[in-house]
Amino acid sequence: MSALLSRKPDPALTRQAGFLMLDELKKPWVEKFMVFKGRTIPVVAARLSSADRRGSLKARWGWGRMRYAVLPGLYALGAPGEASPVFVSANYKMSFDALRSSLVGIDAWILVLDTKGINVWCAAGKGTFGTKELLGRVASTKLAAVVGHRTLILPQLGAPGVSAPEIARLSGFRVEWGPVRAADIKAWLAAGRRKDEPTRSVTFGLRDRMAVAPVEIVHSWPILPAALALAALYGLPAGGAWLARSLPAAILLLGIVPAGTILFPALLPWLPSRAFVVKGALLGGLWAFACGAVFKMPALETLAGFFLAAPAAGFLAMNFTGASTYTCQPGALLEVERSFWPMIASLAAGLALAIGARAFGI
Amino acid sequence: MKLKYLRNGQTLALDAGTCVGCGACVDVCPHAVFEVDGGKARIVGRDYCMECGACARNCPVGALSVKVGVGCAAAIIIGKLRGTAPTCGEGGCCGESERSSCC
Repeated sequence: MSALLSRKPDPALTRQAGFLMLDELKKPWVEKFMVFKGRTIPVVAARLSSADRRGSLKARWGWGRMRYAVLPGLYALGAPGEASPVFVSANYKMSFDALRSSLVGIDAWILVLDTKGINVWCAAGKGTFGTKELLGRVASTKLAAVVGHRTLILPQLGAPGVSAPEIARLSGFRVEWGPVRAADIKAWLAAGRRKDEPTRSVTFGLRDRMAVAPVEIVHSWPILPAALALAALYGLPAGGAWLARSLPAAILLLGIVPAGTILFPALLPWLPSRAFVVKGALLGGLWAFACGAVFKMPALETLAGFFLAAPAAGFLAMNFTGASTYTCQPGALLEVERSFWPMIASLAAGLALAIGARAFGI
Repeated sequence: MKLKYLRNGQTLALDAGTCVGCGACVDVCPHAVFEVDGGKARIVGRDYCMECGACARNCPVGALSVKVGVGCAAAIIIGKLRGTAPTCGEGGCCGESERSSCC
């Protein structure tokens, strides 16, 4: 039924598969094209290349993350036929990669939705991985003419955006909610497509938490110039003792970043309080006291460091709520509202104490 | 380790009279908030509910309701600065790994 073509397919044929911009298909992950029922469909590689892995690493650090997209439409994996399962994915490259690399050795169709290059869960929350987009994509790819069955397998985390009852009513396709993690798909298929609680559950283990740390580190960059400027001012007047005064202060202030973006996610489950801002403030405060002890800082200087580091690390930690997997909006609102003025007051107190510490040398 | 946050699941409501016990909520909930027992769904883990709205959207009889929102402090701050509802910023958390929530 299928025949291999050159890498330059007939544009008219490709348009039938729901693809309009042919250049967009000249991607390393499109292995070749197959003809199925008179239509040309791109075949993607299941195994990730080193270029795919490099791309993911870059995206983790926020580099070109928003342009990290796959063209929406219907793709083939292996040599699928009429009865092969249809897996639905987002057009964020990392989501697409997670899916295809979990399907090595399986013949399947992959229907990629236009989620504006955003992952399944976030896109479902925004509604772009949604009922309307799925209905439109099923229609534009003429999926009903490709497969004989009427089942779509969706990642479970697409459920906030897609209404399975609506899809069934309006397209005739039945939505089956697959596992949360693509890596569990093979086990789920082997288990007769039944999910146990771990397969249905979102976790936030150490690996998950550290995976989102890099982007938080990148976003904390404004702290660096502020910390260096403050430490430089603190060392004034210039002279022989400038570096001796500025260096410990710089270390204390720069340490806020790893405290709030690396230590915090690593230790999250064990830090007291459910509020991220409190957990982070605690780490920032402890870091300041540790610096005070190590550098034998005067009491007032240590205290100034405490009042600066605690709110700053707390703020960084609070920003982690968006990257976590278990926070709700009323709770995040509570954190923001309760911590705003205390953080401002603490920063002001820290600056006042720093001036006092320099003025009186205590 | 199952983590709890603040004010979880306060807006989640289940109308037991309407519920047909199909288990769709159990199937889509990422935090095992529901159980089906004797032909009816029950809320057994309200403290873990992050109000994502998957259950309400997929309940075939409309027995569930929840006020959906992102649990993201940055989105709330952006919303407050712009005087709008919580809004995901450009280049914020969105686009994160498959396991990250946000936006």
